[in-house]
Amino acid sequence: MDKNLLAQLVFYCFAAVTVGSAAVVVFSKSIIRSAFALLFTFFGVAALYAYAGADFLAATQMVIYVGGILVLLLFGVMLTHKIYNLQLKSETFQFIPTLVVALAVFVALAVCMMRTHWFNGGPTPAVPTTASIGELLMKDYILPFEVASILLLIALIGAAMIVRRGSE
Amino acid sequence: MESIARLLQLIPKYSELPEFLRALIPVVVSCVVVFALLALAVLFLVWMERKVSAHIQDRLGPMYVGGWHGWAQTLADALKLLLKEDIVPASVDRTLFKMAPFIVFLGAFAAYVVLPFGATSFVADLNIGILYIVAVGSLSVIGIIMAGWASNNKYSLYGGMRAAAQIISYEIPSAMAIMTVIIPVGSLSMVDIVNAQKGGIQNWFILRNPFTFLGFIVYFIASLAEVNRTPFDIPEAESELVAGYHTEYSGMRFAFFFLAEYANMFLVAGVATTLFLGGWTQVIPGSFIAPQLLPGPIVFFLKALLIIFVQMWLRWSLPRLRVDQLMYLSWKVLLPISFVLVLGVGCLAVYW
Repeated sequence: MDKNLLAQLVFYCFAAVTVGSAAVVVFSKSIIRSAFALLFTFFGVAALYAYAGADFLAATQMVIYVGGILVLLLFGVMLTHKIYNLQLKSETFQFIPTLVVALAVFVALAVCMMRTHWFNGGPTPAVPTTASIGELLMKDYILPFEVASILLLIALIGAAMIVRRGSE
Repeated sequence: MESIARLLQLIPKYSELPEFLRALIPVVVSCVVVFALLALAVLFLVWMERKVSAHIQDRLGPMYVGGWHGWAQTLADALKLLLKEDIVPASVDRTLFKMAPFIVFLGAFAAYVVLPFGATSFVADLNIGILYIVAVGSLSVIGIIMAGWASNNKYSLYGGMRAAAQIISYEIPSAMAIMTVIIPVGSLSMVDIVNAQKGGIQNWFILRNPFTFLGFIVYFIASLAEVNRTPFDIPEAESELVAGYHTEYSGMRFAFFFLAEYANMFLVAGVATTLFLGGWTQVIPGSFIAPQLLPGPIVFFLKALLIIFVQMWLRWSLPRLRVDQLMYLSWKVLLPISFVLVLGVGCLAVYW
């Protein structure tokens, strides 16, 4: 067994974790189980980032999605009424149009995947990416970076305003 | 890990093993070593906590088991916990209930991979080191919420939700306090951070400038809240919530929560030591006396123990904060202070 095969095995393990838990998120009948399955999806994606040599991105994925978004999501789910007996009712409406749309999306994605020239170098040696990301953000892409942060600040203030008005 | 790989070379016929095994075995061995050391450290810390609390309250604490000052008391308690029946209450969510303690523990344990105990004694030197610690720390929060929800018990649920609110609030000031060290060092690697503080006590970040000194205090307070220690222990406030998120747990699974709690305590003490107290570097500048007075790992443990002692001291002296006081402290006191600190450190880095 050579190193390449082992690396491929690791890749397929993480890919299976990601896809499998994503399936649980979609198909689970209990909303809280979907939320917890999302943990493994985020973890798997972070592992795939790390596998591709994007260490900073992997850690950021964990901090923001697992530490922030997922916790808030769970918090919201737990604050909802009657979480213990909540059953998600899923029925099939309008079978034919759904099938058409789903197939169209599938074909579009498949065509994109076939046409892209994929970078498949396997596990890249760990080159520090943090410093170059920081330099690019502060030099070449300073304007989009600042615009994004101002946009987020506006969203934050707006959310606070909406909540305040609702409580009065 | 390199030193463990070198030690493994001494085993006869080791180099004849297949390559993937030679890549795998050092990883497994270093994880087992870290786990064993961690378990030992936790046994000691529990004993220390009981002795410190006893002496603060003018008692003696455990005195009989093992002879000298009851040193074997926690060993006996740990054995008892492992032999107890593992009770899973009837109406819990079985999968999540069983999984939760291990996820909490994983969050604590995984962070030890990058903690540098000495110049060469660490498992891995990731170049995103400190960010990695923050990242895997978020696993513990999920585990706590999972335990709180799966127990199907209102006290557990309250405990889990309080823990979630508290930990995500205090993550921000603690990350900002970490920034005050990262900016002058210019690297996220734990080893680089320690190397930047070499040469004695005057080079430690706690004494480098007023901003990093206050950064240490902000980090210390926020880390207390992140590991749910008094005065921030409302997730398991025993007078209100029985035992919070681990009310329904017993035996082995409870032991894992316990292990994770003390492992987290040692972890935040270790991170504070690495960031602000110079990690494994010597206290006294090398020019005065012999440069290597004590081996690095022992210096590291002594510094971390000092921080843990202060944590215990606070636990047994201060009353618990109310929920609103807790949020006030995080968002209106620590967060503005930490923003000012980051700005100050940034100005120093540019204009000094």
